[in-house]
Amino acid sequence: MDTKENKKMTDYDVEQLIGQVLRYGVLISGIIAIIGGILYLYQQGKGHPDYGTFHGETAGYTSLTGIIEGLKHGSATEIIQLGVVVMIATPILRIIFSLLSFIVERDKLYIFLTLVVLAIITFSMFGGLKV
Amino acid sequence: MTILTFTLILLLGAYLAGLAGSLTGLGGGVVIIPLLTLFFHVDIRYAIGAALVASIATSSGSASAYVKEGITNIRLGMFLEIATTAGAVLGAILAIYTPVNLVAIIFGFTLIFSAAMTLRKKHEGALQEGSKLSYQLKLNSSYPTKDGIVDYKLTNIGAGFSIMTVAGLLSGLLGIGSGALKVLAMDSAMKIPFRVSTTTSNFMVGVTAAASAVVYLQRGYIDPGIAFPVIIGVLAGAFTGSKLLMKIDVKKLKLIFSVAITLIALNMIYNGFNHKF
Repeated sequence: MDTKENKKMTDYDVEQLIGQVLRYGVLISGIIAIIGGILYLYQQGKGHPDYGTFHGETAGYTSLTGIIEGLKHGSATEIIQLGVVVMIATPILRIIFSLLSFIVERDKLYIFLTLVVLAIITFSMFGGLKV
Repeated sequence: MTILTFTLILLLGAYLAGLAGSLTGLGGGVVIIPLLTLFFHVDIRYAIGAALVASIATSSGSASAYVKEGITNIRLGMFLEIATTAGAVLGAILAIYTPVNLVAIIFGFTLIFSAAMTLRKKHEGALQEGSKLSYQLKLNSSYPTKDGIVDYKLTNIGAGFSIMTVAGLLSGLLGIGSGALKVLAMDSAMKIPFRVSTTTSNFMVGVTAAASAVVYLQRGYIDPGIAFPVIIGVLAGAFTGSKLLMKIDVKKLKLIFSVAITLIALNMIYNGFNHKF
């Protein structure tokens, strides 16, 4: 069993690391969105927005493979969508970092609890909730 | 209106939403939905997709600062995220069977509740004796204040966990962070000092929103043309807000904002009942 002092030290380090993950995730996502956004306005800025009725995004914008496929063709909107994916991935990545830190601390209870959270998100991602 | 003007106005609106959201602690999502639906007449489903992205942006953006200060209780956040993510997935499933007008009405009532929550008295004290479960789950911790490190303990874990599930459900259904309900669970039920509950709640919002965002992305709710001004605007607004927060007294601002939010909420409810969505 670690002393209280030691535990505080590792917790502090982990918190710093998690802070970094969140900061860089947001920063990268923002930069990608700006690049894609400027390109998008350049390409389609004169058009007219049509959001009054819901059509739903087409397949190319709703999956990672679709987005990567679109990126190959230099699509501005797909660049933005990549920024969105990075934004969504940031908190998930944060959980994975927490998991690693609990593994280092050998905190069995919290390794388990973190895995439960990850399992729920994985289910949400691949559980066919798309409908 | 061309796409360029739409983008520029939305950028400004998202900036103000991020600013107001971070100053009052309500998050960026709650303002984005009325802004898009009532002002731009965007379908509420696109608005929900945009609000989810905005919630993640504000949460991750400001959490990175708070975590650094060591106020956030990461174990507590992780434990409660089981409730909020499960609730969020449930909310995303329920959304399929919920008519959009009903979504707007529920959103309106949630807004009014959130507005009221920002005005209530904060729970400042730190509990000295926690419940049995709080020890078993290692949830008791300490946080830095200007008078030094303060230890605090938790109670009513079960009640807190249950409220968190509802918070997650609303978040999954409406696309918002439901920070107000999260703070209620930690503040009123679990008796956590206010600064800890606010920062931990904010920390959790990102994960909760991500749990439903992965579903909504696949359902085609997230449109790049709306997402990019929202991401940039909300991030910039939240950043300005976090800087301003140290300098100004937000008491009056919160009151004005609460009144404004309530009026917007009534508008959403009215339009919902009249099937305008």
